[in-house]
Amino acid sequence: MADKNNLIVYCEYDEGKVADVSLELLTKGRVLADRLGIKLEAVVIGDNLKDIENQVFPYGVDRLYKVEDARLFPYTSNPHAAVLINLFKEIKPQICLMGATCIGRDLGPRVSSCLHSGLTADCTSLEIGDHKDPKTGKEYTDLLYQIRPAFGGNIVATIVNPDCRPQMATVREGVMKKEIYNPDHKGEVVNLDVNRYVSDTDFVVEIIDRHIEKSKVNIKGAPIIVAGGYGVGSKENFQLLFDLANTLGGEVGASRAAVDAGFIEHERQIGQTGVTVRPKLYIACGISGQIQHIAGMQESSIIISINNDPAAPINSIADYVITGNMEDIVPKLIKYYKKNSK
Amino acid sequence: MSLNIIVLAKQVPDTRNVGKDAMKEDGTINRAALPAIFNPEDLNALEQALRIKDNNPGSTVTLLTMGLPRASEIIREAIYRGADGGIVLTDRTLGGADTLATSYSLAQAVKKFGNYDIILGGRQAIDGDTAQVGPQIAEKLGIPQVTYAEEVIDLADGYVTVKRRLEHGVETVKSPLPCVVTVNGSAPDCRPRNARRLMKYKYAVSPSEKAKLAPEAQAFADARPYLNIQEWSAAYVEADPEQIGLAGSPTKVKAIENVVFTAKESLCLENNDEQIENLVKELIANHTIG
Repeated sequence: MADKNNLIVYCEYDEGKVADVSLELLTKGRVLADRLGIKLEAVVIGDNLKDIENQVFPYGVDRLYKVEDARLFPYTSNPHAAVLINLFKEIKPQICLMGATCIGRDLGPRVSSCLHSGLTADCTSLEIGDHKDPKTGKEYTDLLYQIRPAFGGNIVATIVNPDCRPQMATVREGVMKKEIYNPDHKGEVVNLDVNRYVSDTDFVVEIIDRHIEKSKVNIKGAPIIVAGGYGVGSKENFQLLFDLANTLGGEVGASRAAVDAGFIEHERQIGQTGVTVRPKLYIACGISGQIQHIAGMQESSIIISINNDPAAPINSIADYVITGNMEDIVPKLIKYYKKNSK
Repeated sequence: MSLNIIVLAKQVPDTRNVGKDAMKEDGTINRAALPAIFNPEDLNALEQALRIKDNNPGSTVTLLTMGLPRASEIIREAIYRGADGGIVLTDRTLGGADTLATSYSLAQAVKKFGNYDIILGGRQAIDGDTAQVGPQIAEKLGIPQVTYAEEVIDLADGYVTVKRRLEHGVETVKSPLPCVVTVNGSAPDCRPRNARRLMKYKYAVSPSEKAKLAPEAQAFADARPYLNIQEWSAAYVEADPEQIGLAGSPTKVKAIENVVFTAKESLCLENNDEQIENLVKELIANHTIG
């Protein structure tokens, strides 16, 4: 087989489309591969993979491994893990990236455990850099810095895997930006024989029923987000935020504290353990601004913070701070929007 | 059918309620300021385990946790809610472990435990949010995994049927036993403490707790085997010293930083009609809204 020690992205694939998170990782992977002077590879495992290469090549993929078999879709843990484990033993990638999705977070640990390679979950930034072991003094060049919040988002840790390969990391959807590298970029397609990588005994878990619900909420793509935190106080008060969002043509988001308190469903959670958003307007109501929340919304163009506490941490990154009760202020925003908009 | 059920649990600092004194001036965590709690999703897993036990009389639910000796606190908590007993895997040599070294250590403990039918655990712990230990234990034991479980629907004839809650829907899968099932926070809450069990087991102690008791209290526990929480060492579970703790962890923490965001120059508005109307007008004028 071809050259080794490249960077590989495990691409998720459903209904004829490569997942956004995978394309985001290819975009980042291309940058990292260029920095290291290595190839960007991708692997897709599933059924009906047809012309999937046309979807990934524009993102700069140099080589695409395709493993096609009816039994490989929908995803189950062991067969997909077996493909990656056996393929990685051959091509020895130095870096492997996956989406921090229900699939990536199920698959990554299984693969890393078998290969005894380090895996860092939910990275918010990936960089290349050097490392010196503080104990042995041994120096390493060009390691993958896997940067992620830890401890509920109160600190940011830079993790390295000095000795084990591949260096594995998962990243949530929306954290990296998706960008075409070159619409005419062409790579090589390598079709792998499923029987060389997966044994029949890997097909142990049977999917009896699969019910896909199209997500009702689309926070990620919303241009305006009205988000509520623990300070909103109740499920009932969240209705005010829905009123404002509906008036402005936006969506309602929430902090983890509000979700944990049961004020609102998890799909709307913004932050490190939820969705990362970049709307043009973000109205934070009763959100104190734990780091893990700020990490998921700080790139919003304009941020308005409405909070009782003038010292709320979120105020420091806000463009406008209104100190006061959100129960008073939100209805005023609605009223004056209706009055002034045509 | 009686089953041997293992529940993996972790005692974690309550990172959801981090107050201002939780971070020291040098940017490190002041663990003493954070209460240690039963990892929330592990309680969801315990509930699923207890339901399996309810449906299969004669089954036993055993908690397995790795941590400091004080992690016996969550074992007592689990016993009050219906678990039969527990094991604290505790050893200085296990400290500093990443997820891989942790899963190796726990897998060794499971092997030592021996005869088990199903292992349940929370999807992830709130101090790390990695969700890696469950699948890694499954891999180390060479058994299947079912992650993101919301409900164990059925368990019979050597198979378990589980409803999984995924990003965009639900999936029902059937796995042969034994397997590892990791449970989501969206699963039913754990049942509360049972008053009778609380009375019966409040003096349950681990060996290191017992050692600190007065002789008569020690004798009291000695005379009642059900009051003894087990403590296992790395050597007892025959863990390879190369694969545990910091030394056995392929990932290393290079740096820890306190998070600092670039502060913007904020415009502070009064909560009055005039200023709020002006803000709305400004946002309309620059096409942010409308």
